[in-house]
Amino acid sequence: MIHTLEPIIREHPFFKNLAEPHLKLVVGCAKNVRFDEGQMLFREGEPADEFYLIRTGRVTIEAHIPGRGPAICETIGEGDVLGWSWLFPPYRWRCDARAQQPTRALAFDGKCLRGKCDQDHDLGYELMKLCAAVMAQRLQATRLQLLDLYGVRK
Amino acid sequence: MNLQAGQQVVLQRDGVFQLLTVLRERGYRVIGPTLGRGAIVYDELNSGADLPAGWTDTQDGGNYRLKKREDNALFGYTVGPHSWKKILHPATRRFWRAKCDGEGFKFLDEEHEPSKLAFVGVRACDRQAIAVQDKIFIDGKYVDPVYKSQRDDVFIVAVNCGQASGTCFCVSMGTGPKATFGFDLALTEVLENGAHYFVVEIGTARGAEILGSVPNKEANSEQLAAAKKIVTNTAAHMGRRMDTTGIKELLYRNYENPRWDNVAARCLNCSNCTMVCPTCFCTTVEDVTDLTGESAERWRKWDSCFTMDFSYIVGGSIRAAALARYRQWMTHKLATWIDQFGTSGCVGCGRCITWCPVAIDITEEIRAIRESDAVGKV
Amino acid sequence: MASENKPIADDPIPEPMRPRSYRIQRVRQETEDTFTLELEPADGAKGFKFEPGQFNMLYVFGVGEVPISISGNPSSPETLTHTTRVVGTVTRAMRQLKRGDLIGVRGPFGKPWPIEQARGRDVVVVPGGIGLAPLRPVLYALTAQRKQFRRVALLYGARTPENVLFPKEMKQWRDRSNFDVHLTVDRATGAWRDSVGLVTNLIPRAPFDPANAVAMVCGPEVMMRFVVMELEKRGLTDDRIYVSLERNMKCGLGFCGHCLFGPTFICKDGPVFRFDAIRHFFSKWEV
Repeated sequence: MIHTLEPIIREHPFFKNLAEPHLKLVVGCAKNVRFDEGQMLFREGEPADEFYLIRTGRVTIEAHIPGRGPAICETIGEGDVLGWSWLFPPYRWRCDARAQQPTRALAFDGKCLRGKCDQDHDLGYELMKLCAAVMAQRLQATRLQLLDLYGVRK
Repeated sequence: MNLQAGQQVVLQRDGVFQLLTVLRERGYRVIGPTLGRGAIVYDELNSGADLPAGWTDTQDGGNYRLKKREDNALFGYTVGPHSWKKILHPATRRFWRAKCDGEGFKFLDEEHEPSKLAFVGVRACDRQAIAVQDKIFIDGKYVDPVYKSQRDDVFIVAVNCGQASGTCFCVSMGTGPKATFGFDLALTEVLENGAHYFVVEIGTARGAEILGSVPNKEANSEQLAAAKKIVTNTAAHMGRRMDTTGIKELLYRNYENPRWDNVAARCLNCSNCTMVCPTCFCTTVEDVTDLTGESAERWRKWDSCFTMDFSYIVGGSIRAAALARYRQWMTHKLATWIDQFGTSGCVGCGRCITWCPVAIDITEEIRAIRESDAVGKV
Repeated sequence: MASENKPIADDPIPEPMRPRSYRIQRVRQETEDTFTLELEPADGAKGFKFEPGQFNMLYVFGVGEVPISISGNPSSPETLTHTTRVVGTVTRAMRQLKRGDLIGVRGPFGKPWPIEQARGRDVVVVPGGIGLAPLRPVLYALTAQRKQFRRVALLYGARTPENVLFPKEMKQWRDRSNFDVHLTVDRATGAWRDSVGLVTNLIPRAPFDPANAVAMVCGPEVMMRFVVMELEKRGLTDDRIYVSLERNMKCGLGFCGHCLFGPTFICKDGPVFRFDAIRHFFSKWEV
């Protein structure tokens, strides 16, 4: 089963610059997962021991607001990487994630990879760079969302 | 004597007065320089006596003064606050009047009888300025019919300048001091050794015909040389200079030059420069109605890119900072105008320097930008 | 420095400063602040042909005149359609007009979207907010000649689900025109089932071949800046990206100078521009 995942991971743009031994490690930590429509991937505050590569479907990033219920911050779609909390203390999710549609993804054992990063700093550096890129892109997208560009200034 | 275009003849001082009389007799309204409100302005001349004989002007940054001359020259000054756009592109003009009944808009016909006009005393810089405005209002996809009908058939008596003012730089802009095109007659006033005459270059058959009614003699070689010397002398005494080498690219790559902050700190956004500039053409459209709401008018009025309103769209003005507005004016005048119309928008008349209350000098601003030019920065 | 696309109807209109009398056939409230007017000539004359991307100056008698993009079907010029927001004196007065009222029309003005240049290529249409209105005529034209274009992707970003414009037609474009339609909102409310986030997020995976595509983008300038950035990250070159700009306009004829943008007049050199032609000035502040 792990052998069928390798080509998917190898070809994905997120991992394309990863050196061979690092890639093998990552593949070794991967597994297929499925979420039904409406199913939670993770909840705010829970231990963040995984990150995901969405293969099909759509995931909403939410914050639960008392009196308002779940508020969608943004949506993550096919080909996107979800989750960076696994790499930064306190290693707990900072938001809720829910499958808006039936979703198939690759889940990576973040706890295991964390350990391996502590031992192999080169691996750590590479994965840190990958995560930082995702966070930078999310930050930029969020900034633009906050500008409320389509609103009319009165 | 049967005169023709291309010939040069000599008029005496009286001859110029007679020329104005002949024009008036032929039904022309003669517009030319005259004293008014502490300056030499363009207004209707009833006779040659209305010319500001014996007067001159001294000009510098933010400064214009009239001064009496020691001689009785008819055209011994340069340009004042008026330019010919005052007549060809007037400050207010009504587009239409209309009534609205249930059926539709009913437009009342405007009477646009163009006056038969003669412009006397058109300096070379101003002749170029008229040509620059022609490109906007006649040569584009849309033609301004009122501009065109007034502009057609204007009789132009150009004057080649006998002196340059402290703010003149027509030589830098390649527009003067000699008028080289677009005139019916071009005069060079010569005062020397007690003589006072005018060498007249005939530009058109129409000019030849009018001139034929005025006593004239063919110009001899000494007179031609005297006229030429005067023009050369004027060209050698320009008050300002502007290096126009690569000026478009210079301004295109210097939008972020800190010099703009420097000029913005001084500029009052008073829009004097746009009012006196002979090529500035921006206008606004005003729709007005009466109390019943059944009739309306649409007017066109001069506007200036220096106002906050000028660039206002939903949410705010695009050019909110004073810096942006000064930069827009200068960059349009000297650079983007070239891409739009094929010529510079500036004719080197110096009015913007003279009439700026804080003496901002467009030639100095270009010099400063050139010196601090960030080459290679896009 | 004119944009390289030329309208078919390039002749100047006669008496261009005089509004033609049109009659309101229908007023439709689209969203909270956006409404659509459908107009027909009051004098019984024929409607004029226009090209997608062009605009008219609409005149409310005695109140004033504003430039509004034509948002209707270019194949049905008998009805002139305009969609706009209430943002000032004239649009507020316009919103009070009812069926049967008169309104003045001057136009059409401006350079249109590059339908010709898109033939045989993938087309990426990226409207933001009210920007869908000037692009809707493009979507009609692409639908009418669907086979002349390869894939058509419509990536539409709105503020909230309530601000999504033309939702019924959105469905038709998705189901019947064979467009790839992707919606996103900045802020989700209620039971929103599509993407949340700025429309830039939709570009990395939009279905088009950057080596053979044309993009048409319309929305707030900030949004267009970042959309162009994402399109170029995908490998689309700036001579295949078109944007529609907006400035203060008074005459629509290139005489009043209000719409100057660098070396261009938005009313006659635009409002649609090929991006490489205006890239230099687009990046500068307060030009």
